[in-house]
Amino acid sequence: MSEHVHPNHHGDDHGSHGSLRDYVIGFILSVVLTAIPFWLVMTGAIADKSTTALVIMAFAAVQIVVHMIYFLHMNTKSENGWTVMALIFTIVILVITLSGSLWVMYHLNHNMMPMTSHEMGQLP
Amino acid sequence: MEVVDHSHWSPILGRLWWDAMPQEPIVLATFVVVALGGAALVAGLTYFKLWGYLWKEWFTSVDHKKIGIMYMILGLVMFLRGFADAVMMRIQQSIAFNGNEGYLNAHHYDQIFTAHGVIMIFFVAMPFVTGLMNYIVPLQIGARDVSFPFLNNFSFWMTTAGAVLVMASLFIGEFAQTGWLAYPPLSNLAYSPWVGVDYYIWALQIAGVGTLLSGVNLIATIVKMRAPGMTMMRMPIFTWTALCTNILIVAAFPVLTAVMTMLTVDRYLGFNFFTNDFGGSPMMYVNLIWIWGHPEVYILILPLFGVFSEVTSTFSGKRLFGYSSMVYATLVITILSYLVWLHHFFTMGSGASVNSFFGITTMVISIPTGAKLFNWLFTMYRGRIRFELPMMWTVAFMLTFTIGGMTGVLLAVPPADFVLHNSLFLIAHFHNVIIGGVLFGIFAAINFWWPKAFGFKLNEFWGKVSFWLWVPGFWFAFMPLYILGLMGVTRRMRTFDDPSLQIFFIIAAFGALMIAGGIGAMLVQFAVSIWKREELKDETGDPWNGRTLEWSTSSPPPEYNFAFTPIVHDIDAWEDMKRCGVERPTAGFRPIHMPKGTGSGLILAGLSTVLGFAMIWYIWWLAAVSFLGVIGFAIFHTFNYKRDYHIPVETVEQTEAERTRQLAAAGA
Amino acid sequence: MTATAMKSELTQPQLQAAFYDLDEHDHPEGGSTMLGFWMYLMSDCLIFAMLFAAYGVLGGSFAAGPGPKDLFDLKLIALNTAMLLFSSITYGFAMLAMEKDNRGATQLWLLVTAVFGAAFLFIELYEFSHLIHEGATPMRSGFLTAFFSLVGTHGLHVTFGLIWLFTLVVQIGKKGLIPANKRRLMCLSLFWHFLDVIWIGVFTFVYLMGML
Repeated sequence: MSEHVHPNHHGDDHGSHGSLRDYVIGFILSVVLTAIPFWLVMTGAIADKSTTALVIMAFAAVQIVVHMIYFLHMNTKSENGWTVMALIFTIVILVITLSGSLWVMYHLNHNMMPMTSHEMGQLP
Repeated sequence: MEVVDHSHWSPILGRLWWDAMPQEPIVLATFVVVALGGAALVAGLTYFKLWGYLWKEWFTSVDHKKIGIMYMILGLVMFLRGFADAVMMRIQQSIAFNGNEGYLNAHHYDQIFTAHGVIMIFFVAMPFVTGLMNYIVPLQIGARDVSFPFLNNFSFWMTTAGAVLVMASLFIGEFAQTGWLAYPPLSNLAYSPWVGVDYYIWALQIAGVGTLLSGVNLIATIVKMRAPGMTMMRMPIFTWTALCTNILIVAAFPVLTAVMTMLTVDRYLGFNFFTNDFGGSPMMYVNLIWIWGHPEVYILILPLFGVFSEVTSTFSGKRLFGYSSMVYATLVITILSYLVWLHHFFTMGSGASVNSFFGITTMVISIPTGAKLFNWLFTMYRGRIRFELPMMWTVAFMLTFTIGGMTGVLLAVPPADFVLHNSLFLIAHFHNVIIGGVLFGIFAAINFWWPKAFGFKLNEFWGKVSFWLWVPGFWFAFMPLYILGLMGVTRRMRTFDDPSLQIFFIIAAFGALMIAGGIGAMLVQFAVSIWKREELKDETGDPWNGRTLEWSTSSPPPEYNFAFTPIVHDIDAWEDMKRCGVERPTAGFRPIHMPKGTGSGLILAGLSTVLGFAMIWYIWWLAAVSFLGVIGFAIFHTFNYKRDYHIPVETVEQTEAERTRQLAAAGA
Repeated sequence: MTATAMKSELTQPQLQAAFYDLDEHDHPEGGSTMLGFWMYLMSDCLIFAMLFAAYGVLGGSFAAGPGPKDLFDLKLIALNTAMLLFSSITYGFAMLAMEKDNRGATQLWLLVTAVFGAAFLFIELYEFSHLIHEGATPMRSGFLTAFFSLVGTHGLHVTFGLIWLFTLVVQIGKKGLIPANKRRLMCLSLFWHFLDVIWIGVFTFVYLMGML
């Protein structure tokens, strides 16, 4: 371990704020990545619904990354990597809680309900 | 019980009416005592002209040390209230046999067990833990304050605001009768129509804001304000556990906020998150609240693991055994604590696959905890152990917590849990870990760091009396509950039919009595120590031969903590400095840049209390006014740009010269 | 040679210099602000995660009431999304103007952002009132409860962002682009773009998947 550790509390600069080029690229990419899924759903271009769902989810994931990079200016260097670390941790927790809740509740409904929620919807 | 009609509503006072005044004789008597005591306190403070001092030096202070102490006082006051609830339950359960109804009616008893749980977790354990972290962390990392001093003050007052609402419910209206997590549908408007659950919601919501912000604050402090040279792997272990706890706070309390909001809109606006009909799902509430609830228990215990680590290595005179394994164990617990929440409701019916997964993860999480215990034992091994009070509490913790941990692993086995779910076995288990872990840890911490905070040690005799009443008292109080739980007795019962059970409840009540003695002895210990503070005085600032930076400054530390920021070369930085024979610099001081105190936090929290109270009682006009007040005042506060000042060099020189004299006197 | 042995050869002033920062200067204010605000955003993100979880579980509980296909109008949502995207790039322009220390342009771009943000809110309120008018109130079913709560919480965040934005416009007017105000602008930037990210989740999972 180096003896010359940079003092952490000398407020380092807050990473880049992006350039005009960044914002324009981000904007164009976002428009494209938003337009395609809307178009897919509104026209029903892909016949299979679950394929469409997967495709638009993929677009959403890519667009989130685009926003992170071009608008939120995420990079592994800002704040010594703490922002990225916090983001990764949050994503891990998010995936655990979201998928866990859905899994738990799906099994619960499956085991405990006399009918599926879809059938419930058909009741008067 | 007769059903009371609380449907009265008026535009001016909302639901607030004469029927909100204390009705039951016990509450009425308490009210009179508290009112008289409060009046005496106010009169005393006025007579001795202390209001100005309190306002200027404490209430509006942004000094992390003072805020830490205020958190501890809040925790102590609420602890007495929560313990009073516990004693009332113990007495009720030990006499309500053979047709005897006991002395508490159902409406009152149900409020007591709910309030006991809510208070002990949210307004005792949380303030204690937050207070400790607030006081110790900046000192351990060689910082002069936290990252956001104003937010720190604001967080404290928001926590206090929540506590004030819970206390208000004792005398104005009622508290929830739902159990400490307020499961729907019982907590829905249909089954809890009056103000109890609303008190619960708003108290937790307001206190939760404070907790969350204090979590953000301490993470930023630990990440950004460490002394030069203090790499992550040179951080004191208490700071490490504090970091992980605050990460858990920031990642768990939003869940509580979200769930409480959902319950709020269900109750206030007729939404259908957790209703039985219209497609709501009450079990979703149970699922979501335990996503917060399980990390919460680690939020409570992790910092105390840190305390035990500091105490063990200090009083064994050795570096902590397995520092890095301790750090990794803490990190693993941090992540794993998000993977076990379903073990609180195995019986809900999610089926074998789900239950097995969560059963296994629960057993896995005991591994890093076990590793920590071995680390403490190996630290003690061949150490020169000094059995001072902090170390005594630590040893008591190791014995007690291990038993509690093992009964926890028993409960982690889903088939066993189907038998023991909601039984007194569970109650015994979590008191075993929370009292044996969190509370004993807090006592160890208080005895350990009291001299740092006030400049004199705590009286040892009364500390030992307290210890020897507390520890056996705990075993008397909770071992019978394990047995009762195994026999199938469920929690939250007010009366019993089977007279053969009574002896166990009497033993438990005796245990509670011993604990009461232990608490009394502790209060005496504080009083005697303050009385005889000259005899117990510590001039060195380092009464225990400590190892971390907080012991390198005076006791109590000056406002700025360190005249010169220390530079760290080793894990136990202060021990390293002592070993190398560094003398404290006595010249060349500079003015020190510090944050300025402000009353904004107190005002905002006060407005939030009014907002909560108005929402609880459906006083809509007041709710609107106070809401606008909160927003408006927050905006007004942001227009204040002058938030810092410099401590002039003369003041620093004076303070440090005094310190030099003190050290010379101690050395002579 | 061990570190301790090495240090034992130093004189006292050398030791002091090694163990104390004797030449310390004031730390610039607000060094932790961006990190702290990011932590707050992460926690906010988890609030939305819970709302998404609730929508995921309750999204199919129509209680014999209307479902997404009966209610959603994708053209309106596309328009709404466009408003938010425009507000994102205009906020970016405000940040670029701030970097050039151009006070007037910063304020102007902020106000343009506010216009788009307000348009977004207006369209959302129009959608809500339309739904409620049709009887699709949040009280109608678990699905509608979860839908209104998720989308409404996002809307409340945008509202709060607007209040904050106007406050900043005034503060920049009063104090100029001083470091404190720049820091606040950067925090609001994070907040504003973060709301965009949440909206991607909303239009994908709620509106687009609902119409499949």
